[in-house]
Amino acid sequence: MIYALSLFLGRRERPMKLYDSGKIITGLIIFLGLVTFPFFYNIGKANVRPDPKIDTPAIKELKEKKCVESKEFMRAEHMKLLNDWRDSAVRDGARVYVNSEGKAYTISLQNTCMHCHSNKKKFCDECHTYMAVNPYCWTCHIAPKEKET
Amino acid sequence: MSMDRRQFLKVAGISTIFGLGGAPVINWLRNDGLEASHVLTDEKALIGKHWAMVIDMSRFETEEDYRRVIHACHSIHNVPNLDNPKDAVKWIWTDTYHHTFPGQENEYIPEEIKHKPFILLCNHCQNPPCVRVCPTKATFKRKDGIVMMDQHRCIGCRFCMAGCPFGARSFNYKDPRPFIKEENKEYPTRTIGVVEKCTFCFERLAKGLIPACVEASQNAAKEAGKEPGMFFGDLEDPASEVRKVLSTRYSIRRKQELGTQPSVFYIIGGGKNA
Repeated sequence: MIYALSLFLGRRERPMKLYDSGKIITGLIIFLGLVTFPFFYNIGKANVRPDPKIDTPAIKELKEKKCVESKEFMRAEHMKLLNDWRDSAVRDGARVYVNSEGKAYTISLQNTCMHCHSNKKKFCDECHTYMAVNPYCWTCHIAPKEKET
Repeated sequence: MSMDRRQFLKVAGISTIFGLGGAPVINWLRNDGLEASHVLTDEKALIGKHWAMVIDMSRFETEEDYRRVIHACHSIHNVPNLDNPKDAVKWIWTDTYHHTFPGQENEYIPEEIKHKPFILLCNHCQNPPCVRVCPTKATFKRKDGIVMMDQHRCIGCRFCMAGCPFGARSFNYKDPRPFIKEENKEYPTRTIGVVEKCTFCFERLAKGLIPACVEASQNAAKEAGKEPGMFFGDLEDPASEVRKVLSTRYSIRRKQELGTQPSVFYIIGGGKNA
């Protein structure tokens, strides 16, 4: 590819000389050291994986423990679903979601999602903190009351 | 690996064409497998073509009549209570005749009306200037005439507040949460840096309920055996409550000369037969 590009630009192999090689190489070594520092620093430290919990009272009472869509779908696409729900409820005024199995749910983060997932800290924040994503749902939406841990 | 110029251009060209399709092509290739899911409106939802409100000021007699409707709205919508008038957030509030109907006042109107507080709220104009100036379409007009606010999109530029001739919009200069006495857990609050206003209770209409202020006024009137001071209904429906009231009583709207076509009508009252 690089060869093709060099042909394209009409250049031929040319002898190369590195001026100030001492400074450049020392600089490169320092640079590499700084960039890789976090990796060396964290070697051997325990990497605690997130462990979201679904053991809320509302979920325990459910006969069939199922979210509005399959676990795999929710895991991968919940952010997209939530955005679709938001637009549907606020902009189109359509507040009933019929899932792929034909079951209907009220579109509401506070009243539907958080009714079951009343453990925001263990359910939402667990992974979001780990992944360093910071969705700003809760500056307006009221999170369910939880005991301080 | 070697490639001549012709081959390079071919590969680059095909990649470009493929890339031009953008998100639709990628989404088409990446099927999420949920074709069967869809959204509906609730069967119980109130559907209208042009929601409107009539406020009969002659039915607002005591302080409690005013407090009741304001409280009904502000308590369910988590409207904060800020003392400083510069920071105040209001969805439904009161002001004098002079401020409510400028240009229609004269010095000989009854004293009673001169000093009477008038109930004010977003007029849900048919030709809303706030919607025209909003750069993000955070405020928009629904098919049923409601001028809605999408807090998710609001960037807090306050063009809408400058555009609205009725002062119906409030800006959150502070985090409103500490100023909400009792949170209604079923409705969100707002956050610092967004504009808010009355939404004609779009969330209640979706469940088949009339706006909270009208409901409070009508319930109280029923209990007291009086005529209610507020009515709500579809202007396009000749059989609706608002049309019945408007066809029998003389009504005015705020600042009609501006051409925004407000959907809130006022009956000023005065005499018993007015």
